[in-house]
Amino acid sequence: MKRTPLAERHEASGARMVDFAGWYMPVQYGSIIEEHRTVRTAAGLFDLGHMGQVDVSGPDALAFLQYVATNDVSVLAPGEAQYAMLCYPDGGVVDDIIIYRRPSGVGFFVVINASNADKDVAWLHDQVAARDDLQVAVTNISEDLGMIAIQGPLAEAIVARISTVDLSGQAYFSCMETTLNGIECLAGRTGYTGEDGWEFYCPIAQVGDLWDLLMETGKDDGLKPIGLGARDTLRLESRMPLYGQEISTEINPLEAGLGWAVKLTKGDFIGRDALAAAKEAGLTRRAVGFRVTAKGGTPRTHYPIEVDGTQVGEVTSGSYSPTLDANIGLAIIDRSAAGVGKPLDIIVRGKPVRAEQVKTPFYKRAAQS
Amino acid sequence: MEIPKDRRYTRTHEWVQIDGDVVTVGLTDFAQNELGEITYAELPESGTTIAKDESFGVVESVKAASDVYAPVSGEVIESNSAASDSPEVINTSPYSDAWLIKVRVDDASQVESLMDAETYEQFVASSGH
Repeated sequence: MKRTPLAERHEASGARMVDFAGWYMPVQYGSIIEEHRTVRTAAGLFDLGHMGQVDVSGPDALAFLQYVATNDVSVLAPGEAQYAMLCYPDGGVVDDIIIYRRPSGVGFFVVINASNADKDVAWLHDQVAARDDLQVAVTNISEDLGMIAIQGPLAEAIVARISTVDLSGQAYFSCMETTLNGIECLAGRTGYTGEDGWEFYCPIAQVGDLWDLLMETGKDDGLKPIGLGARDTLRLESRMPLYGQEISTEINPLEAGLGWAVKLTKGDFIGRDALAAAKEAGLTRRAVGFRVTAKGGTPRTHYPIEVDGTQVGEVTSGSYSPTLDANIGLAIIDRSAAGVGKPLDIIVRGKPVRAEQVKTPFYKRAAQS
Repeated sequence: MEIPKDRRYTRTHEWVQIDGDVVTVGLTDFAQNELGEITYAELPESGTTIAKDESFGVVESVKAASDVYAPVSGEVIESNSAASDSPEVINTSPYSDAWLIKVRVDDASQVESLMDAETYEQFVASSGH
């Protein structure tokens, strides 16, 4: 298993460590529910050293990204970021990514999922080779960078104490260069929790110092380390997709409700024809959110879903929601069965458990003042 | 980790306490700690017949669902609604308030084959935890 430079710190904190996509990562330090609440009410720190990063540079970097990514990368001003997907020609998803245009305006920085990192890099290199008309270099810089996220309503106040650059006015989905106690960081105002906060990228040799600095700076605010268990419940409440569950080779971005990140009219890109054809023909499935209304257990990925005894789809993600104190989930179901307020039967261990389709996200933080 | 001396234990981390021909069954402190916060417990109704080593119920944590196995064969005479209504009690009081079921056993000697506290403690220590 691969280890991040922070693994010893997690062990010393008493974290339960697991194999996550080949990485030795903390699933929880104590209670998943308490960690979840810490992020919703104070702030949490996440070791994201397992995530991958790719540098895309060269005169045709933009043209290349336009060709491999679903979103319109040309709209990004220097320092702006966007969510996008890489698709196969059939419209299935290779991975979901965040594309940052570097603050200098020169080149791009792409964040990819740990579970897909090797596959993505190989896929991107194949596309570089296939497009020998483009002058572009794709470089895997995952091993050079550490990545730590701070998320929660108190994140801004904590970061303000140590950042040489005032990040308080920084827009969501943008990045800025700053220095935190001498550590040079790229600060992306993004996250996977539904809360305000940052994802910091720094040289890997300094990620231990950055972790210690943030923990020390935030300790009186209740800042705590947060494991992958709460990361999953936080992202689910905020209806953020997880690759392999909400999107995959089998579930395309339009079915997943991510059409807002697919720009069919921006010009050619891999998967465009298949996605345009699917849209033209009419989507047969839809992603929906549901809340379990009866007693009977927690919905889990791949549990079948029925309406009037006929299977209409399956659960893509499900969990107990600490914020709602209820079992919730996302599902991919036949379009005819979809609609807020309509019932679903989640088949839990062979028995139907009644759920109701609800609006998503399940949780939305209060607007910032 | 707490392992009371006044009961017996299974390799699947249930405890049993015998009183005449009635056996009370619960989950051990080790089990509740491994599972993490328990959010749901599904227990059989009274009158249900259960068979030794077969699943008689389910407990769920945030991350996973786990079966609970019958340490003995017999008939369920009482199911603890406190544990199914407020499953978090399994975390806070696994050996008392959060007993799961009471079973009238077919043969009380079944319990003798289960581990005593000392053997269970060694079993937990040797299973790599």
